[in-house]
Amino acid sequence: MSTPFYVSPQQAMADRAEYARKGIARGRSLVVLQYADGIVFVGENPSRALHKFSEIYDRIGFAAAGKYNEYENLRIGGVRYADLRGYTYDRDDVTARGLANVYAQTLGTIFSSSAEKPYEVELVVAEVGERPEGDQIYRLPHDGSIVDEHGSVAVGGNSEQISSYLDQRHRDGMTLAEALKLAVQALSRDTNGSEREIPAERLEVAVLDRTRPQKRKFKRITGRQLGRLLEADGATTASEAEADANAEAAAEAEASGNDE
Amino acid sequence: MEANTRSTGRLPAAFLTPGSSSFMDFLSDHQPELLPGNKKLPPVQGAIEAPHGTTIVAVTFPGGVVLAGDRRATMGNVIAQRDIEKVFPADEYSAVGIAGTAGLAVEMVKLFQLELEHFEKVEGTQLSLEGKANRLSTMIRSNLGMAMQGLAVVPLFAGYDVDREKGRIFSYDVTGGRSEEQGYAATGSGSIFARGAMKKLFRENLSEAEATTLVVQALYDAADDDSATGGPDVARRIYPIVTVITEDGFRRLTENESSEIARSILERRLEQPDGPRAALL
Repeated sequence: MSTPFYVSPQQAMADRAEYARKGIARGRSLVVLQYADGIVFVGENPSRALHKFSEIYDRIGFAAAGKYNEYENLRIGGVRYADLRGYTYDRDDVTARGLANVYAQTLGTIFSSSAEKPYEVELVVAEVGERPEGDQIYRLPHDGSIVDEHGSVAVGGNSEQISSYLDQRHRDGMTLAEALKLAVQALSRDTNGSEREIPAERLEVAVLDRTRPQKRKFKRITGRQLGRLLEADGATTASEAEADANAEAAAEAEASGNDE
Repeated sequence: MEANTRSTGRLPAAFLTPGSSSFMDFLSDHQPELLPGNKKLPPVQGAIEAPHGTTIVAVTFPGGVVLAGDRRATMGNVIAQRDIEKVFPADEYSAVGIAGTAGLAVEMVKLFQLELEHFEKVEGTQLSLEGKANRLSTMIRSNLGMAMQGLAVVPLFAGYDVDREKGRIFSYDVTGGRSEEQGYAATGSGSIFARGAMKKLFRENLSEAEATTLVVQALYDAADDDSATGGPDVARRIYPIVTVITEDGFRRLTENESSEIARSILERRLEQPDGPRAALL
C-alpha cells in the first residue's frame, strides 16, 4: 500500500468548495425578491412537478439551486424540523432564523467532514413579516455560511452577475408584477450579456403573500395568473382592472424618471 | 433527543432520512413519547374525571357538507366550560368535530391537522378524503388504551371530496372503526336526540342555508333532552359553531350568522317548543 500524499487543509477545503460550486453551477439560477406585499421566488424550471420552491411553514418559504436529491432531502428535513418545533411549542416559535441556523449547521458539518462529500446546493430561507420591515431572507451557500440579505438575492451558477443586475434595479415597495418582470429580465441575461426569452411555461413562480387571510402565506403562481402578471404593463388587455392600469401608469412614469 | 430540536445543532439523521410522508410516522421513530397515544397512564380506580365535550352533528347537501357543534363541556354534573370549541378545520377541504375527553381530543385534532399539512408539504399534493378519514381512524385506534380507562375521543369527520365533487361524512367508534354516513350523522351524548331530529328534517335537496338551519335545530333538540349539551346562550351570546365545506373550501359561519340562525329558531320555539313537525303520513 502506498503512502497517501500530503494535502494541506487549505487545499483540501478549496478543492471541496470548487467541487460544490461546480455542481451548483450546472443548474439554473433563481432569484428571491421583496415586493410590497411579500416575497416572490422566481426561477427557470421546465418541470411542473419537481419544485425549486416550496412551503416550509406558515410564513416560511424555501428555495434551492443545485442537486435535486440533496436539496430535497434538506427541504424535507426542514419541514420535519418546523412541524416538530411547532407541535412541541407553538406555531409562532418556528422562525426562519432558527431554520436557517439549523441548515447552516447541517451544511457546515457536511462540508467540513472528510467522510462525506460536500452538498452541491445553495439555499434561500425566507420569512414574510407583518410589514416589509419584518421580512427576512437568508442565503445559505454550500459551505454552511449564512448571509442575511435584503431586497433581492440570487443563487446558483450565474448568481453574481444576476445579483449585481438586481441590486441596481430593485427598489422597495415594487408591485408583484414589477418585481416579477425584473426577476425574469435578470434571469434571461446570459453570461455573455445577450438576452434570451424565457417562456412563461418554463417559469416557476411562488410568493409568500402577507395579505393572504390564511395562516399559510405560501402560494404558487401558475397558468393564467402568471400570464396576466407578466403582461401587466406591456400591451394592455381590455379585461385588465382599472387599478392595474393606474399602477402601470405610475410604474411607467417612475421607470422613465429613472432612465434620465 | 429533545435538545436536538431546540438547539441550533445539525439536523439529526432521522430528519434527513428519506421515508414516510407522515408526521406521525416520523414522530414515532424520532420522538415516540410525544405521540398522545404513547402516554403511560398510572393505574387508577374507576373513571377519570375530566371535561367532556358532547354533541357534534353533520349534514350533507348538494355541493357540500355542514358540520356543527354545541359549546358545552361537562365534568360529571358540573358545566366545566360554556364556550368550548369542538369543531375545527382539518385542512382546506375538511373539518373535524370532537366529542369525548376534551383535553385529549383537542390534542388529537392538533396532531391530525399537522399530519395533513405535513403530507401536503412533503408530497406537494393533498391526501384524498378517504385517506384523511383513514388517518384519523389510525389515530383513534392508538388512543384505545386510554379509551378503555374512560378517556375516549369520538370524532365526526366531514369534508368535500374534490374527486367525487360532493360532501361526505365519516363517523367513528372508540376502537377507530370508521363508517361513512349517508345524509346526516351525530356523535356524543346528545347524538341520539340530534339524530332523531335530523331524521325528520333531512331531505336530499337542502340548500346551504337550510342545512345550516337544520344542524342548529338538531343541536337545539339535543340540548333539550341531554343535560350535557348546551343550547344557544342568548344572554352570554354563545352560539353553536357552524362550519360549511364546499368546493370553495372550509368556512366557519361568523358569530352574527350563527346567532341569527339560533335566534330565529328560538323565536319559533317560543310558539312551538318541540320545533318543526314532520308530516304524520
